Amino acid sequence: MSNKGFAGQIRLNAQNLSCIRGEQEVFADVAFQVSGGEALIVRGANGTGKSSLLMCLAGLLPVNGNVSWQRGGKSLTKPEYFELIHFIGHLNAIKNELTLAENLQFWSAMFGGDSTPIADALERANLGGLDTYQAGHLSAGQRHRLSLARLLVTPRPVWLLDEPSSALDQQGDRWVADLIQGQISSGGLAVVATHRHIALGTGANVRTLELGQL
Amino acid sequence: MAIIVRDIRLTLRSGGSTITLLAFFLSVGVIIPIAVGPDKETLARLAPAIIWIAALLSTLLGLDRLFVADHEDGTNASLHHASISLEAISFAKLIVHWLVSALPLIVATPFMAIMLIMDMPTLLRTIAALMLGTPALVALGAFGASIAVTLKRGGVLAPILIMPLAVPVLIFGVSAISPAPGSGTSEAAFMFLGALSLLAFAFTPFAIALALRAAHE
Repeated sequence: MSNKGFAGQIRLNAQNLSCIRGEQEVFADVAFQVSGGEALIVRGANGTGKSSLLMCLAGLLPVNGNVSWQRGGKSLTKPEYFELIHFIGHLNAIKNELTLAENLQFWSAMFGGDSTPIADALERANLGGLDTYQAGHLSAGQRHRLSLARLLVTPRPVWLLDEPSSALDQQGDRWVADLIQGQISSGGLAVVATHRHIALGTGANVRTLELGQL
Repeated sequence: MAIIVRDIRLTLRSGGSTITLLAFFLSVGVIIPIAVGPDKETLARLAPAIIWIAALLSTLLGLDRLFVADHEDGTNASLHHASISLEAISFAKLIVHWLVSALPLIVATPFMAIMLIMDMPTLLRTIAALMLGTPALVALGAFGASIAVTLKRGGVLAPILIMPLAVPVLIFGVSAISPAPGSGTSEAAFMFLGALSLLAFAFTPFAIALALRAAHE
């Protein structure tokens, strides 16, 4: 885990958040607060708006309500907090025609990282030695690991993860838990939507948000 | 820039899209002389128009996947959070799109010239006109494609949207190759072509970025 930590305490505050998709209200009056060093686990049955909530936070859906981002006590504008975010959704943004290393190189260039930790990131994603393998030949679980490996290549303080442990095996489940644990302990924050149990160790600062309870 | 390298790799590995494009371009050039008949003078008069129409249709051909592929696999969503702006990314995509969809056509133009019985000075003027004019076609086409990115049949809509916008490029493109009688030299037409391309390349990245942002809402 990168232990260098992130400068400035990040704070995400949401009040009164609601989401309407296709004229149907998905959730309403959601409020929460997460800071650097904390994880927010978003739970709820299918269709309760876990993914929509993450997309609102990622700025990919219009926000109804108040969402404010702060860093070191200073409010951030949209382009400013966009640069802090890693959003890993259902779509894994993997190009089948590129090799694993090329996929990661591209994202590290896009997110302003350097490309040195790529082999290391693949190793930790249990994809070691597959650098020059075309991503199109990967299994669903491996593709998911590859998209999560983006988190390792460029450290960013805010992770928005949608079902990070879907399609993963037991070892993968633990890996995801370790990743989130590491993010928290280096002062980052993570908002994780999942209906599976993520075994975050004791001492981790974890909040839970239940969606769909009327 | 990384996006340029990536997109060129993607185009090369996805296999044959550039070759298809070339084949399409050349087959337009083959079909029209067959339809018009082998009359040398008619062909010589029509040649600039044929080449420009073939170039326009060919650049439209590659548009449907330009942004849709990135939209469907979630790449666009993640690019919102990239440390470079969507405008810069769009600009890079324009450059790549020109390199893979317009440059091959220009390289193939001499073959087209043989089929259309074009003389050497006309060929050189044609190549110069295409160099100056195709960036505008590519930029306008990409703009159309970015608007249509969320639509199921967007691949068809984009060409229709931008066809009217491409009219000035065609007008100046054709008159750069064969100036209309009485309008003097083709220099003015060349300048207009260059201006159109510069304007299109300067402004469409902003429009494309806006369209891609809106695509998520």
